[in-house]
Amino acid sequence: MSTRTAELLAGIGLLVFSLVLMWTVYTDGLTIGWVDGRGPGAGVWPFWLSLGMALTSVWTVVRWFRKTTAESRNEAPYIDSDPFALVAISFVALTAMIFLVTIVGTYIAIALFLGFYMRVIGKHSWRMTLVTVIGAVIFIYFLFEWQLTKYLPKGLPIFEDGFLWIDNFRWEYLM
Amino acid sequence: MGEIASLLGAGLLQAFEPLNFGMIIAGCMAGLFIGAMPGLGSVNGVAILLPVTFLVPPTAAIIFLAALYYGAMYGGAISSITLGIPGASTAVATVFDGRPMAQKGLANQALMAAAVASFIGGTISIVLFTLFAPPLAELALKFGSQEEFALMVLAFATFIGLGGDDIPKTIFSILLGLVMAAVGFDIISGQPRLIFFDMVEFQRGIGFLVLAIGIYGIGEMLWTLEKTGGKVKIENVKTTLAEFKENLGQIKKYLPTTSLGSALGFFVGTLPAAGATPASLMAYGLAKTFSKDPDSFGKGNISGVAAPEAANNAASTGSMLPMITLGIPGSPTTAILLGGMIIWGLRPGPLLFANNPDFVWGLIGSMYVANFVTVALNLALIPLFVRVLAMPFTILTPVIFILCFVGVFATTDRMFDVWLMLILGLGGYLLRKLNYPVAPAVLAIVLGPLAERSMRQSLISSRGDVTTFVNPVEHPIALICIILAIALMLYPVYLGYRRKKEREVAKSP
Repeated sequence: MSTRTAELLAGIGLLVFSLVLMWTVYTDGLTIGWVDGRGPGAGVWPFWLSLGMALTSVWTVVRWFRKTTAESRNEAPYIDSDPFALVAISFVALTAMIFLVTIVGTYIAIALFLGFYMRVIGKHSWRMTLVTVIGAVIFIYFLFEWQLTKYLPKGLPIFEDGFLWIDNFRWEYLM
Repeated sequence: MGEIASLLGAGLLQAFEPLNFGMIIAGCMAGLFIGAMPGLGSVNGVAILLPVTFLVPPTAAIIFLAALYYGAMYGGAISSITLGIPGASTAVATVFDGRPMAQKGLANQALMAAAVASFIGGTISIVLFTLFAPPLAELALKFGSQEEFALMVLAFATFIGLGGDDIPKTIFSILLGLVMAAVGFDIISGQPRLIFFDMVEFQRGIGFLVLAIGIYGIGEMLWTLEKTGGKVKIENVKTTLAEFKENLGQIKKYLPTTSLGSALGFFVGTLPAAGATPASLMAYGLAKTFSKDPDSFGKGNISGVAAPEAANNAASTGSMLPMITLGIPGSPTTAILLGGMIIWGLRPGPLLFANNPDFVWGLIGSMYVANFVTVALNLALIPLFVRVLAMPFTILTPVIFILCFVGVFATTDRMFDVWLMLILGLGGYLLRKLNYPVAPAVLAIVLGPLAERSMRQSLISSRGDVTTFVNPVEHPIALICIILAIALMLYPVYLGYRRKKEREVAKSP
């Protein structure tokens, strides 16, 4: 896909998105008009600003046809396969990590993600990888769970129970 | 004047309290590091680290983030000079002469000039800040909702008139931010708005931090991975004491352009759309124009390093002026700081000076102290930071992603927001590839609720009369802001017209 095509698709996509926003506001029964003596209703702000978004998207599409913008003249690929592979792997790995958080909990997910990135993509030594992973997990636990008293997600009950053991230890002996 | 002096004295004392002073050092170190890493700038650092600052009281938190802000301005120069890649967009102009100097083997001279110029820029602008802030805040105390709304319109107009990005895309970005800010319960009628797919999670709205971390954490890292592929080459730097003394003697060479760049940077920095990047580019142009030897620019002229570095530091301080006094951020970084202040339970704007003098003057005092700390740390640790730059992206990238995830979750306690951050980050990255500017959207989502409220309050108090915003008798300041805003929005139209005219003149013989 060339940058030129991407520009058009983005313009149309954002136009549709803006129209969906307007439709949502309208069908939710919010007042999009003027209330006498009180000024604008609750729907005025989102409705008319979404209309503005729709109009600027139309403007972008018109400029695409007239080839005004640099992007609409650019025939180079929108996605360059070489550096993009790295971007794609990083994003997929990140998505997998967030998904794993809901199953195995924050700490195991973080360790797997960091370990994968450093060992497989970065080709760091096992020693370096393990030191960084363990350091990161302890750092996050200490800073967020301990100092900021945030309860980070622990995943399914079986993993959560395992973790409670560590938490109990902290409350019993370290506080 | 005497009152300001005593308040400033108290602020300076506050800056030396152990916790606050520790925050200055930690912030400067973090800023130097983040600024030096290619692809990460002050805005990324402030967005990613804001959740961590809930650990300390608000004054210490803002001192940390402010120190990080100008630390990053210093740090940007390190990679501009040694790698030839700007460490942040604010250090782009530093590459022009910093890189040639490094290639000639003068890297340490360039680094030192950058550090000293940053110090001069920071100091001049903090003095200007101290002089301008109290009267501006006092003036702003008289502002009603009409003036507030008109000021915000003016802030957005600066993006259209001066932002320099594609105009329809800039407007789209602003409007998208404003609409995202409207998701959730309406503040006046209490009705739920834009609850997509009937998901109850949207009732709480889209937090600005979710968007900011999505865009400046996830999106920015993806962008950097694509641009650099993780490959960088470092020019060698080593410093000896004798060279250090010799370099100090160079200062008078670039002192005049540096001072000029500092004042320019401060005023450009106060404009919401302009900020440190254009300020440094303008200062570079100015230094070149006033130079006796303009041809040497771009080939390693030391003034070409000093002027933009002074300007970007001055601009970072300048951008805090409207944030503290008017509640309108002067840059994307200060937009995130402003959002943070709301989370800390403070109300940004003129009342801050009256209600939270400790906070305001503690911040101002810390800026004086942080300037000294940063220049000292910078000069002492340049070799260390240069080595840090060799840190492979395969460690930095996953660590930043992890911090983004934990930071968002720790702030909102919802996995829903983490997923939203991921989607917004990817969307921001894809749109940025098509030259959609992302900064206006972040500013808009922070200012959106305030803008809508002030607009509707004005209209309720005037019983639905729209002319209340331009009433020359009751709201002259609002009128002036609206006129300025319209002028700014028409400015690109005028530029286009003039360019067309020039082309016609060029065509006709």
